[in-house]
Amino acid sequence: MIDIDGVPTERDLKNSAPSEDRIRRKPVALHECYQDIPCDPCVYSCPVNAITMKTLISIPEINHEKCTGCSACVAACPGIAIFMVEKKDEDGFVTLAYEFVPLPAVGELVDGLDRRGCIVCEASVSRVFSLPGIEKKTKTTLVRLRVPPEKVMEVRFFRRRVQA
Amino acid sequence: MKEPDVLVVGGGPAGMNAALAAAESGASVVLVDRFAKLGGQLVKQTHKFFGWADRGAGARGIELAQKWSHAVLAQPQVETYLGKEMIGAYRDGIWLVADQEKYIKIKPKRTVIATGASEKMILFENNDLPGVYGAGAVQTLMNSYGILPGEHYLIVGSGNVGVIVAYQLLQAGAVVRAVIDVLPRLGGAYWVHAAKIQRAGIPILLQRTITGVYGNQKVERAETVGVDDKFRLIPGTERTFRVDVVCLAVGLTPLSDLLFELGIQEYYIPELGGFVPWHDQTGRTNRKDLFVVGDVSGIEEATTASLQGRIAGLTAASDLGYAVDEQMRRRLIEALAEFRCSTLSQNVCSGLDRLAGKEASQ
Repeated sequence: MIDIDGVPTERDLKNSAPSEDRIRRKPVALHECYQDIPCDPCVYSCPVNAITMKTLISIPEINHEKCTGCSACVAACPGIAIFMVEKKDEDGFVTLAYEFVPLPAVGELVDGLDRRGCIVCEASVSRVFSLPGIEKKTKTTLVRLRVPPEKVMEVRFFRRRVQA
Repeated sequence: MKEPDVLVVGGGPAGMNAALAAAESGASVVLVDRFAKLGGQLVKQTHKFFGWADRGAGARGIELAQKWSHAVLAQPQVETYLGKEMIGAYRDGIWLVADQEKYIKIKPKRTVIATGASEKMILFENNDLPGVYGAGAVQTLMNSYGILPGEHYLIVGSGNVGVIVAYQLLQAGAVVRAVIDVLPRLGGAYWVHAAKIQRAGIPILLQRTITGVYGNQKVERAETVGVDDKFRLIPGTERTFRVDVVCLAVGLTPLSDLLFELGIQEYYIPELGGFVPWHDQTGRTNRKDLFVVGDVSGIEEATTASLQGRIAGLTAASDLGYAVDEQMRRRLIEALAEFRCSTLSQNVCSGLDRLAGKEASQ
């Protein structure tokens, strides 16, 4: 329960999740930020103004139709609470901010973890990247995981199997 | 004897901003901090800060410390005494700073106290056994000196400090067995911070308390037990954690000893962390030449501390006849109020309301 231990439930997630149809079209950002923290870097990171806040302390709203899937907000969010999800043919993808070293290698097989740290699937690292402008400001690396498509709304972290 | 316009005690986010605001208005400033480096607690905050993009949000604490300390050190109007401790405050207006071999006497026209907070301690068996650390100490060792104090950790307290330290320990390669809290729900941590550690596999165990730590000369295990809604221990729910460090993150209390010495009016406001000096919205106490900003005026966080510092710095300079940008000062006071409008600041606001209702007796 989110107000007990901070982990969102399906009901919370419904409020900020993009439609299945939208996830199928191209990558899209979603946030899991449900508290009125006075915080707005996501709004300023978006190059197409798809993220808005009613007041300086409101919960952000992402316009999923406007979102181009660029990932800037994923790197900018101080709460590591924005993710990029995508479904393409038989693959699903989740892009998340990864603040750990050493970084995983592209192609590496890892355990996909859900919101409580339980292993829900095998995932492979499809991309390790940073966005030059944002990276300079936040020093945040992004990792794109390939996961089974039905797991894109479940996988929110991963664990490496071998430590390099 | 030094006779600056403004003396600032403490070089964290509140103190640095107070010094900058006063100096930029033309006042001469002396800033004293007992550590060799400016920045206060910011120097060990490696996570990205919440806040408004136009006020530095998204930056990591260490970067904010660098930005502000560079500005302070580059400001010719500010003289900084680092690695020197303020040890005395006298009622004739003289302050005493201990240097290596001598005392420095300072007689300022205005003083801004920004001494921050100290960590609370809780009672359990053997809580003086090596291996029991305050969260701040773990952060200092790990993030400032690059030393991990142990391998396996139990964290007590699920406020922001506890869950952030858990995350930083994970980044440093340590094993965090769990975060426990006696409360039936998160002890103040923002949901996103708590979510970050749980998705990485660190459980937050609520309604559980620590009863003791045991081991040969150092912590080898911690004993915990579940509690009911009235905080009574529930027999049969004991659980042992094999850890070499117990990290206490059970809250902060204003570091207001200097103010006690001076007889500044203080009130006990639990929402603000304990005894807090009475002050108005500019930070001014019942002694009109003395301001309090940051955690010493009530436990909050870095953004509000920096705003409070700016406001007090400008107000102190204005008192002394320097031309101060009044519009800017008003905007800062509004920004502080707006920041506190969040439901996350409800406790702080009710504490401040109660403080405002009290007497500012001379």
